[in-house]
Amino acid sequence: MTERPYVEVNDLRRVFDVSKPWLNRVLEGGERQFLKAVDGVTFDIKKGETFALVGESGSGKSTVARMVVGLLPPTTGEVIIDGVSMSSRAASGDRQRLRRRIQMIFQDPYASLNPRWQVDRIVAEPIRAFRLIEGERDIAARVAELLTFVGLHPADGKKYPHEFSGGQRQRIAIARALASNAEFIVCDEPTSALDVSVQAQILNLMRDLQDRLGLTYLFISHNLAVVRHMASRIGVMYLGRIVEISDGRELFSHPKHPYTRMLLDAVPDVGMTGRQRIPVSGEIPNPINPPSGCTFNPRCPLANQRCVAEIPALFGGVACHAVHEGRANAHAA
Amino acid sequence: MSVTQPVLSVRDLRVEFVTRRGVLKAIDGISFDIGKGEVLGVVGESGAGKSVTGSAVIGLIDPPGRIAGGEILLSGMRIDNLPPEEMRKIRGKRIGMIFQDPLTSLNPLYRVSEQLVETIRTHTNLAAGAARKRAIDLLAEVGIPAPDRRIDSYPHEFSGGMRQRVVIALALCAEPELIIADEPTTALDVSVQAQIISLLKRLGREHGTAIMLVTHDMGVIAETADRVAVMYAGRIAEIGPVRDVVKNPLHPYAKGLMGAIPSLENDTDRLVQIPGSMPRLSAIPPGCPFNPRCPFVFDRCRIERPEPVQHSQHRVACHLYDQSPVRSEAVA
Ligand SMILES: Nc1ncnc2c1ncn2[C@@H]1O[C@H](COP(=O)(O)OP(=O)(O)O)[C@@H](O)[C@H]1O
Ligand SMILES: Nc1ncnc2c1ncn2[C@@H]1O[C@H](COP(=O)(O)OP(=O)(O)O)[C@@H](O)[C@H]1O
Ligand code: SF4
Ligand code: SF4
Ligand SMILES: [Mg+2]
Ligand SMILES: [Mg+2]
Repeated sequence: MTERPYVEVNDLRRVFDVSKPWLNRVLEGGERQFLKAVDGVTFDIKKGETFALVGESGSGKSTVARMVVGLLPPTTGEVIIDGVSMSSRAASGDRQRLRRRIQMIFQDPYASLNPRWQVDRIVAEPIRAFRLIEGERDIAARVAELLTFVGLHPADGKKYPHEFSGGQRQRIAIARALASNAEFIVCDEPTSALDVSVQAQILNLMRDLQDRLGLTYLFISHNLAVVRHMASRIGVMYLGRIVEISDGRELFSHPKHPYTRMLLDAVPDVGMTGRQRIPVSGEIPNPINPPSGCTFNPRCPLANQRCVAEIPALFGGVACHAVHEGRANAHAA
Repeated sequence: MSVTQPVLSVRDLRVEFVTRRGVLKAIDGISFDIGKGEVLGVVGESGAGKSVTGSAVIGLIDPPGRIAGGEILLSGMRIDNLPPEEMRKIRGKRIGMIFQDPLTSLNPLYRVSEQLVETIRTHTNLAAGAARKRAIDLLAEVGIPAPDRRIDSYPHEFSGGMRQRVVIALALCAEPELIIADEPTTALDVSVQAQIISLLKRLGREHGTAIMLVTHDMGVIAETADRVAVMYAGRIAEIGPVRDVVKNPLHPYAKGLMGAIPSLENDTDRLVQIPGSMPRLSAIPPGCPFNPRCPFVFDRCRIERPEPVQHSQHRVACHLYDQSPVRSEAVA
C-alpha cells in the first residue's frame, strides 16, 4: 500500500454569488449571477514536497489556497490534511491541533503584519496563542532563534514592520509562520511584489527551510519560471479548473494541454535561446459567463464540436479532448 | 539633420529631490542615446531611477524634484530647458507616453473615440471625419477587434490588455518620434503581455519610432529591446546590446541580476543571491554605490566613483574594467 498523501484536495468547488443586491434586481431586473471560482479541483501533496499551482489572474489560485488553509469554506469538496478532514464537524479537536501546523504566507507581507506591534511580538504571537512555550525568557530565546533562522538579526525584533524592506518583511512573515512549528505552508504569490534579487533571497530561504525542517509547501504563483524552480509537481489552472497536472520537468519539456503550451510560449525568453513559439491569441473570458464545454475553446487551435459541447475530464494528468483523442501531437510538431 | 543623429540623447543628466532631510540625488549623471526605430530597455530594481529618467525626458519632474544638470536632446534640439507651455506641445506630439496603469492616460468619462479624435485633431489638421477614420485605423493596428464598433466604448468597457492597446493607439496618434513606455506590461497577465510586447516591437520597426522601454522585468527587455541600460541607485551600471548584456553581463550587479532570475530552461538548486538591498537615496555609499553588496569589492570601490568605460560592446561603470590608476583627488 502506498503512503497516504499529507494533503488531499478532493473535487473542491467554490461558487460566489455575484448578483446585484436584491433591491437592484427587483428595480432594474436581472437574474441572480454566480461565479464558479474553483470547479472540481483535485490534487494531493506528499510530505516534504512542493506542489505548485500556476495560472493567470482570476484562475482561482487564491481561492483554492484560502480553502486549503480553512479561511474559506468550500461549496463542495473536501480538504484532508494528515488524515484529518478540514470540513467535518466531528473531530473538531483534531482540526484545532491541525490549524497550528498549517500556515499561510501572502504576497503583501505588510498587510499581514500588525504595523503597531514590534517584530518580537508579531513572531511570538503564535507561540503564545498555541501555548507552545511557557515563560517569557524561553519565548524570547525562541523568537531570536527564529529571526536568525530567516536571516534577520535578533535585534531586529525591537523594530516595527515599516522599518523593513519588502523582502525583510517577507522574512518576518516566514518567521511567524515557523513560530507555530508549522509543517505545511501555503504560499500565495510570496515573491510577486519583490524585485528579482530579493525574490532570489526569499526563494533560496524557503528551499533551505524546507530541507532543514521537512516542510511541505503549496506554492502559488503566476510566474512559470518561479514555479519551475520551486516545485516538483505542478498544476496549471485556467478559469477555476486544473487543466494539466504533472511532474515539473515533464510539464516544461513536454507540455500537453494547449493552454499550457500557449502559456509557456508567452513567457519572455530571458535566456535568448531563440526558441520557436506560436503567438498567443485572445484573452481570458468573463468567468461569470464562461464558454460552454471546454472553457479554453475560443482560444484553442485544436477546438472542435466536442470541445464546445462537453467539458473534458482530467484524465492522465490532462483535461483536453484533443490530447485524449490523440490528435494533439500532430499539432505540436 | 544627419542620418546618424539619435532621436533621444541624454547627457550627464542629474535629477534631485529637495526634502527636509537634504537634497536626494535620484539620478546622478547618466548618459545614453536612442536611435531611430531603436528600442532601449531600461532595467533595474525598484527605486533605481527608471521612472524618474522617463519623467525627466517628458518634462514631468515636478517640485520638489528638479533637473540639476545635464542636457536632454530630442533629434538634436534641447528640450530640458523649454518653458512648460512649449514642452506640453512636444508631449503627445513628438513624444508619446505609455504607463503601467492605462487609466492614467485615459479619461474614464469620455468615450475612446472622443479621446482619440481630439488628440489626433490637436496634433494634425485632419477634419473630424478623417480623424475618426484614422482613429479606427489605429485601433485596428494595435489589435482591437471590431474597432469601428468598439471605438465608441468607454475605457472601463475594455479589459486591462485592451485598454493598454487603446493607450498605445493614443500614444501613436501624432506619429511621435519617441515613445516612453514605463512598465507597460507589468500589470498584465503573461499571455496578454506577450501580445503587447510584440505590438511594441512591430510599431518600432514599422514606424521608425524610438522607444524607451522601462521595466523591472529582464525577460521583457530580452524579448523587446535592441540595447539595454542596467540602472542602479540613480546611475547606469552597464549599457550595451541586449544580447551581450543578457548573455555576458560584465558589471557585478548586472551579473547578479541575471543569475537571480529563475530560468525556464536550466535547473539550479540555488539562485544567485545578491546580499542586502539597494540603498535608500539618503544613504548611498561613497565610491561605487554597489560596493556594500559587491562580491568583488576592493579598496578603491569605497572611495572613488567608477565612471563608465567602454569594454567591447558594453559601457560599464566598474573599477574592475577600468585600468587607470587611482586618482588622488577622488579620495573623499
Ligand atoms: N469573494 C469573492 N466574491 C466574488 N468573486 C470572487 C471572490 N473571490 C474571488 N472571486 C473571483 O473568483 C475568481 C478567482 O479568483 P482568485 O482565486 O483570486 O484567482 P487568482 O488567485 O488565480 O488570481 C476570479 O474571477 C475572482 O474575481
Ligand atoms: N516626488 C519624489 N520625491 C522624493 N523622492 C522621489 C520622488 N519621486 C521619486 N523619488 C525617488 O527617486 C528614486 C527613483 O525613483 P523611480 O525613478 O520611481 O524608481 P524606479 O526605478 O522604480 O522607477 C527613488 O528612490 C524614489 O524614492
Ligand atoms: S478540450 Fe478542446 S478546446 Fe479544450 S483545450 Fe482540448 S482541444 Fe482545446
Ligand atoms: S566598482 Fe567595485 S564595488 Fe563597484 S561593482 Fe565594480 S568591483 Fe564592485
Ligand atoms: Mg491570487
Ligand atoms: Mg518605476
